[in-house]
Order: sequence, then C-alpha cells, then structure tokens
Amino acid sequence: MKRVNAVIVGAGAAGGIVAKELAVAGLSVVLLERGKWYTANDCRKDDLRNQRTTVLGNAFGPEDEGNPRVWVDAKGAAHTSLPSEGVYQNDAACVGGGTLSYGAQAWRYLPQDFRMRSTYGAPAGSSLEDWPISYDDLEPFYEKAEYEIGISGDYSGTPFHGPRKRPLPMPPLPPGREFGILEPAAKRLGLHPFHIPMARNSVPYNGRGPCMRCRWCVGFACEVDAKNGSQNTVIPIALGTGNCELRTECMVKEILTDDRGRARGVAYFDESGHLHEQLCDLVVVSGCAVESARLMLNSKSRLFPDGLGNRYDQVGRNLQGHHYTGAVGFFDFETYDDIGPGATIAVSDYNHGTPGLCGGGMLANEFIRLPIHMVDRLPENTPRWGLGHKQAMRHWHKRCIQIFGPTQQIPTAIARVTVDPTVKDKWGLPVARISGNVHPHTFEIGEIQARRAETWLKEAGAIHTSLMAGKPEMVSAGQHQAGTCRMGNDPRNSVVNRDCKIHDVDNVFVIDSSVHVTNGGFNPALTIMAVAYFASDALKKNWKGTGFRS
Amino acid sequence: MRVFVSVNEVSAGLSGGAREMLMISRGKAGQLTRRQFVAAGALGGAALAVGCKASKQGDWEALTDEQARTLAVICDQIVPADDFPSASQAGVLNYIDRQLMRHYRRHREAYREGLEKAEALSRKRFGHGLALLAEPQKLEIVNALAAANGKFFSLVRNHTMEGYYGSPRHGGNRDAVSWRMLGLAEPPVRGRAQYDLTKAAS
Repeated sequence: MKRVNAVIVGAGAAGGIVAKELAVAGLSVVLLERGKWYTANDCRKDDLRNQRTTVLGNAFGPEDEGNPRVWVDAKGAAHTSLPSEGVYQNDAACVGGGTLSYGAQAWRYLPQDFRMRSTYGAPAGSSLEDWPISYDDLEPFYEKAEYEIGISGDYSGTPFHGPRKRPLPMPPLPPGREFGILEPAAKRLGLHPFHIPMARNSVPYNGRGPCMRCRWCVGFACEVDAKNGSQNTVIPIALGTGNCELRTECMVKEILTDDRGRARGVAYFDESGHLHEQLCDLVVVSGCAVESARLMLNSKSRLFPDGLGNRYDQVGRNLQGHHYTGAVGFFDFETYDDIGPGATIAVSDYNHGTPGLCGGGMLANEFIRLPIHMVDRLPENTPRWGLGHKQAMRHWHKRCIQIFGPTQQIPTAIARVTVDPTVKDKWGLPVARISGNVHPHTFEIGEIQARRAETWLKEAGAIHTSLMAGKPEMVSAGQHQAGTCRMGNDPRNSVVNRDCKIHDVDNVFVIDSSVHVTNGGFNPALTIMAVAYFASDALKKNWKGTGFRS
Repeated sequence: MRVFVSVNEVSAGLSGGAREMLMISRGKAGQLTRRQFVAAGALGGAALAVGCKASKQGDWEALTDEQARTLAVICDQIVPADDFPSASQAGVLNYIDRQLMRHYRRHREAYREGLEKAEALSRKRFGHGLALLAEPQKLEIVNALAAANGKFFSLVRNHTMEGYYGSPRHGGNRDAVSWRMLGLAEPPVRGRAQYDLTKAAS
C-alpha cells in the first residue's frame, strides 16, 4: 500500500476538517472511518431508529452487533452495554460523525470557558484546569469554521459572547411560535434572549438550499441537505483536491511505532476483516473522546507498554460531556407550530457570574418534539398508561415547551476511559471501559439551572411545570463527550500540547473533543471544529516535508 | 392465511420505501385509484408470501396465536380505545411481533414467560384465560401483572407506546392514526417555504 503523508483516524467534525486542511495544503491524506457514508435515505423519518431515539438501534452507527462497551456502575460492578443504550455513551460511527445527524447548534465558548480554574479555583475532588490556549487564540478559527461549515443565527440580542470580528454568514431562520412566547418572557425577567447559532442553511449557502423546516431534524440526516456537517462541506473539498482518499468501514487496530519511538503508520481492518498497514509520516487521531482514548490505549509497544501518550497515566481521564437539566412547562394554549428545527431561542446570561457556582450553562428551548418523545414527558401526576395517559398525550402534545441546557461539567480525573481486560469487539480489540461519575458540584449547578428554566416557563405562562434535574450515578459523556486526551503544557497532567501533538511522540496528534480541557456550557461542535482548524494550522506550519525516502 | 382488508393493512406490510411511494401516489381524497389498488395488491402479495414463510404457527412471526391474544389484552389496557383506536387496533401487536424477530430478539424469552404469567394470574383469579374476561377484570389482571412483574410490564408498556406513537414503517401506528389523533399532518407538508412567515410567527 502506498505510503502517504498523513493518516487521519475518524471522519467526523474534526477529522474531516483536518483532512481538508492538509489535502488543500498538498499533503497526501488517507482518511479512515469505521462507519459508512450514509445519506438521508438511510433513515427517512424513522423516529424509533435514529441517533437520538435508539429503541430500535442507531441509524448512523455503530450497530448493536459486535460493538460492545463496558460501563462500571456506582457500586463498582461492570456491565456490558450495547451501542443503542444510553450507558454506552455513543456519538456516531459514520462519515460526518455526529455532524451528520446533530441538532447543529454551533456555539462559540465564552472567554471564561477557557480559564475555568483561574476564574473559580478548582473545587475539591475536581481536575478543573485552564486551557493552554485562549478564546483569542481560537477566535480566527471559530470564524473560519462559521464561514466554511456555514452557520446561521444572530448574536446581536446578547452581550454574553466573546469578541468577534465578523457577524455570522447567514441570518437566523424565521422565529417559530415558541420563540414568540419565550422571548418577551425572558426580557421581562431581565434576560437577553437571542437566536441560537446553527450549522443550518437559512438561505442558500455553499451551493445547497435552505432548511425546509420539517420536524425530523435532530437525530436525523437532513433530507434537503440544509444541515451542515463535515460530510457535506469539508470532506467533499478534501476529496476534490485529489490528495485525500477516504476509506470507509475501516477499523483502526493500533498506531504502529518504530524502535525510535515515532509513529510509522496504522494497522487497520477493512470491511471484510482483512488487516492492512498504512504507513505515513504522521497520524492524526480524531475518533471522538471515547474511541480516541481507546485507540491510544490499545496502541501498546515495547517503548509504550501502557499505550501511546500514556506515560503519566493521563489518557482516558477527565471524561466529561454535559449535565443536561431544565424544565417542561405546560400551557393552556397551543405552543406547537410543527415547524422545525424547533430549538430557536437561548439565553447565555447564566453561563458565568453566579456567586458560589463554578460556571453554569446556556438555556434553550428543545428541538421539535416527535410524539414518541412526549410519552414520558407529560405532567408529573399523569398515569403512565391507560386512558388517562392517552388523553394526556392528546391534551398536552401541542401545549408544552421544554427549556433545558448543557450545564458545564466540573471534570474529575476518576471519570475515565480504560480498555477492558476481557471484553473484545468483533475485530478482537479490547473495548472501552467507562467508569467514574459526575462531580457533585455539577449537580448543584444543574439543579439551579433547572429552576431558572422553570422560572422562565412560568413567566411565559406555564400553568404546570416539571423539573428535569436528575443525578445519574455515572459519567455523562454521550454525544458531547470530551476531555480524555487533555491539552496542556505539563506532560504529567495532560496528553497533548497546545498544537494537539502528544507530548511523547513527534508525529502523533489527537485532534477532536478529547483535547478539551473543559467543555463549556454549550454544545461543543463548533469548538471541536475551531480547534481542528487551529491545530491544522499549526500542523501545516510545522510540516517539514515527508520523512520517507522515495 | 392472512387477508388484507384495507389499503392500510396492505401498506403496513410493505417496506418503508414502498409504503411511502404508495402514500405519495394517493389521490386527493386519500383514496387509491383502481389501478393503484391493483398495484398495491401485487406488492401486498409479495409481502404476504414472505410473511407465510416466516410464520409457522399462525398469523405472527414470533408470537403464537395464543400469546398474541393475551398480549392484545395487555396492550389494549395500556392504550385503550376511545374516539381513537386501541393499541391492537392500531397494529401495535404487529410492531411487537416484528421486533421480537428483529431488534428485540433478546426479549423473546421475557415475553414468553411474562405472557404465561399473565394467563396464570387470570386463571387463578377468575378461572378463565385473559382474553375471555370482562373489561374490568382485564384491567384488574393487568394491574396485578404490573405489580407482580413490573419489569415485564414496563417492557410491554414501552413497546406498546413505541408501536402506537412511533413510525408506521415498523408495523404499528396504522395509517399514522396516533399522529392524526395529536393533530399532526401526515405525511408532513414537504418542501414548505421557510419564507412563509404567516405560518411561522404566532
């Protein structure tokens, strides 16, 4: 197999961007993806089998068959889990990764989100830290992501955002009915409501048309291709250069190192299970927080007996996602307009600045609900079944609004990914083992966020409300998973440096949410993209040509 | 032998894609033209042939007729009929039966045991099988089942909700009846212009 300059593992939000940046710069690239390249036709309006409602499985990978993980409960007992179960902490396995089917909220983190330890100090039992890069370092790359991926929205309603040089490239979609109900209520409370930034075309952009406002959005691939992910933006550009080859259904087994401790390529299984070696000058790991950590830990060799980048036992630690809390409000008038994507309005007044709390999070209305989502979201005194339940479905389906948000997590070193000593996947590779829990202060913040959501709903006229502020006894990772290969200056408590290069090895990079030191109080996709542009920029600047003699 | 009595039953037996084509090809009043009906019948025949091969003991793929009768009673307590169909009338058994051969294979044993237990409860308390009881007695047994075997009952409850409120493509929610009940247009209006602000603003 022909040697190439770069192998990128994972064609998701970050991997797609790195592939495009390197291919456009003239490097030869092989982009390996364990999943398939799906289109919207592979999951048309299937509300029981998509990436959000998975009772009949994941639409965009991984399949339940042959892809187990292990999770450890609060009592220390280990359980095998299926990809369609919540405890699996799935994101996706496909070209585009999570960005094929996400809700597409495209937030910039706030300047304080990169300086959490300096701002608040580290709570006991936490591993709260500052990023080694600042908002200002990332700002040009946020902008690049907003323009190349395509973001609509309008920040003008809120003072709570970092400095920005250009407005978003597209205006927001016209507001829905919930926006009309929630906006004046938020203003009466002294808040600053505004249009959620979305990786979704509101007008024709990038050669594709605008959103048709259907109700099949989050969890689904867009039928009119108006939702922007790496699969319909940067990856086609990468392939168009002629320098990038995308190989789907290829599962990377390990990163191969030579006896000088440099990476020489990767070993991977193709779709028929044959093992190949792809040699290269540099390896970029972009498999998302759980799988990236797993690959590093599975890449054991004489020089790296505990896995690559793991000299100080840091790979896999600080696993975090978001602790979602909020409230559902029930109204005596119709709030439902059947116009997608549904999530339209947010406030970020509560992300920082509450005395006694280390942060907070954004609050927004939920994506448009499908009937199946309403089954367990009825007022608290509703019977779980029977005529009462059926009537309540009828009564409330068009008369409720949910507000919730991603509470920024306080990371802990004990929330972590390791590889399981016994359980293997269908390729015979040790699977990810997920253990630890959420820091108690995160729950305190989440609880207050839920009450704030409730207050907003009551101000908007809700006649009943129910709080959503659970305290799950396990880590929170899921589609917002992050943190497992932390970025930092000190090799003893981080895995990669500010350029996303692992401390130990010159030519191995981790570029995805794994490097997030903290995960902001927002959906992480745009930050993953900005970091990918930032790291690609450094990679290109440091590129000194191939190490291979031809 | 299974007889398709309505267009909707025919379409419920089709794959999602074929079904969608069928729905799109309907006339204005939601009726099929004679020619379309014949075509649908041909498609339905193909589905029927596959169905026959899979079902060895009756109309079902995974369930026996007896299990199906018991399950229908339980499902119909979970979503009873009122102005809108009950769970079994809306094809929920279809949904569960199909999934027991597919994604829910792992639950087959739980169904076998749970349905047996429900029958035993019914015989013990009333001397008859569940399907023969009067409505209040059925409810009493289903309540008893929920108390005695909560795990199984939760499973059936969740599967019933999926079959009733989920996509018709999986064999339940016949003719999208639950979505119509909730006042949702089905199929949803497609290609609507985002520029139509009259509908967007309240």
